[in-house]
Amino acid sequence: MATSVMASSPEGTGFICDEKGSVLPTVENFYKFCGERKLMGVKCKACGALLWPPRGICPKCFSYQVEWIEFKTRGKLLTYTIVHFPPSQFQAFAPYAVGIMRLTEGPQLPGMIKNIKLEDLHIGLDLEVDFETAVPKEWPRWPRYFFKPAS
Amino acid sequence: MTQPLASIVSAGVSKFGVREGLYGRELFAEAAREAFDSCPNLEPKRDIQALFVGMMSDSYEHQAHVAPLFLDWIGLLPKPAFRTEAACASSSVAMRTALFAIASGMCDVVLVGGVEKMTHVSTTGVTEILAMASDFPFEQWHGISFPGIFGMMAVDHMNRYGTTEEQMAKVAVKNHEHGVLNPKAHFQKRITVSDVLTSRPVAWPLKLYDCCPRSDGASCLVLTSPKIARKFTDTPVNIIGSGHAQDTLSLCERENFSTMKVTKLAAQQAYEMAKVGPKDIDVAELHDCFTIAEIIAYEDLGFCPQGKGGELIDEGATYLGGRIPSNTSGGLKAKGHPVGATGTAQACEIYLQLTNQAGRRQVAGAEIGLTENVGGSASTGVVHIYQRGD
Repeated sequence: MATSVMASSPEGTGFICDEKGSVLPTVENFYKFCGERKLMGVKCKACGALLWPPRGICPKCFSYQVEWIEFKTRGKLLTYTIVHFPPSQFQAFAPYAVGIMRLTEGPQLPGMIKNIKLEDLHIGLDLEVDFETAVPKEWPRWPRYFFKPAS
Repeated sequence: MTQPLASIVSAGVSKFGVREGLYGRELFAEAAREAFDSCPNLEPKRDIQALFVGMMSDSYEHQAHVAPLFLDWIGLLPKPAFRTEAACASSSVAMRTALFAIASGMCDVVLVGGVEKMTHVSTTGVTEILAMASDFPFEQWHGISFPGIFGMMAVDHMNRYGTTEEQMAKVAVKNHEHGVLNPKAHFQKRITVSDVLTSRPVAWPLKLYDCCPRSDGASCLVLTSPKIARKFTDTPVNIIGSGHAQDTLSLCERENFSTMKVTKLAAQQAYEMAKVGPKDIDVAELHDCFTIAEIIAYEDLGFCPQGKGGELIDEGATYLGGRIPSNTSGGLKAKGHPVGATGTAQACEIYLQLTNQAGRRQVAGAEIGLTENVGGSASTGVVHIYQRGD
């Protein structure tokens, strides 16, 4: 099950917070959490919906009351493709696999699938989310998450 | 029959393809001149009250603020001009905006069109610009290209319904066959299933010939309120249904990657408004940016049951001469896909078909036509239904 995380904003972590110090449900904060090796989403306090990508208004019930939760990093591959003609910054990796993963908690996220032979890709493959350590020097200064076969 | 939303009284399309040495504004003027010249009763400066123009990206020509620019190049300053952006559905959304203007009574004659000038930019550059229509932090940031998004839809469709690469290839073969009959098409050459299957992989299972080209081109229509259409022509085409819906920008959030919810919703609105159903459609222009997208469109528009799109192309139903000829223009695949121009170019093809001006690709006796245009990974969907007005 997803667990709640204290919404705090320690000085100097770079999280964007509201006036009470709660970490706002923003895209950038999601990637800041990735820098801490945490895969986060938000849960609507009103209807319980799990929202990914994180956002501040629940599209299911329109509540503005959402809280961060940490997802376990396991799930299954729903669909995938092998990119042979990538945008320029990914050319060194081509051909590479990307796919959409459904987390055990339910939310679905897209990402690159690494550490796998392309011929071993198949729908239903057990995956886990991992995090890059490198952070780009220019905007957006976020570490990426990626998928790999579950250990 | 319900009162039409608007009438098309003239249409113009530039030659699509590699239009070296021409700017987008010049391509738009080429399309507009054809629309003006083929409607002798129209005095553009006197009659046209507003311009609605779709264009996807400022990046190709380093040019924003294109509405006044295109208006200027067709001699219509200082009329109000509006530019819409909805990725590959930019000019269909312009058309929706134009319909709002006419339905509100604020305008009774408007020009609506679309433009894109792409081929001077490298394939890699175009790939990056098109990818901007996907979600930056969650799709582009992870190396997911646009062919990649449709590749993921294709894998899902193959897994769910048994659709094959051969069936997808047949869509490309058909649209090239039709393109041969359209002198304005980007490509006018036949291809075979084997050509498609052996072409270079782009985003598996999509190969090069499953993908539409990058093209230069422009298109436009003169729309009027139905009550004055006959001042301009004896053969107006009425827009009798219009639907438009949106979905998440990211593909990942959808429940089912094998269907385009926006197309279903837009089609439902348009069919209900027009009081017609899929069986009444004589000719259709569909959004075949990738071959899988046309197969999905068959299903979402109700041309066949869900999951049977592959069988519909196997039967030959969507060829000229078939039960529901689709993409007689050559579609995005062979006519070309200058992104912003595509929506209104689809409407131009239906206008030609319903006024018996489609030449060698004419669908005999066509009375009712449909266009289906999607933006991005089907985050925007627009469907229009047309009927002969003579």
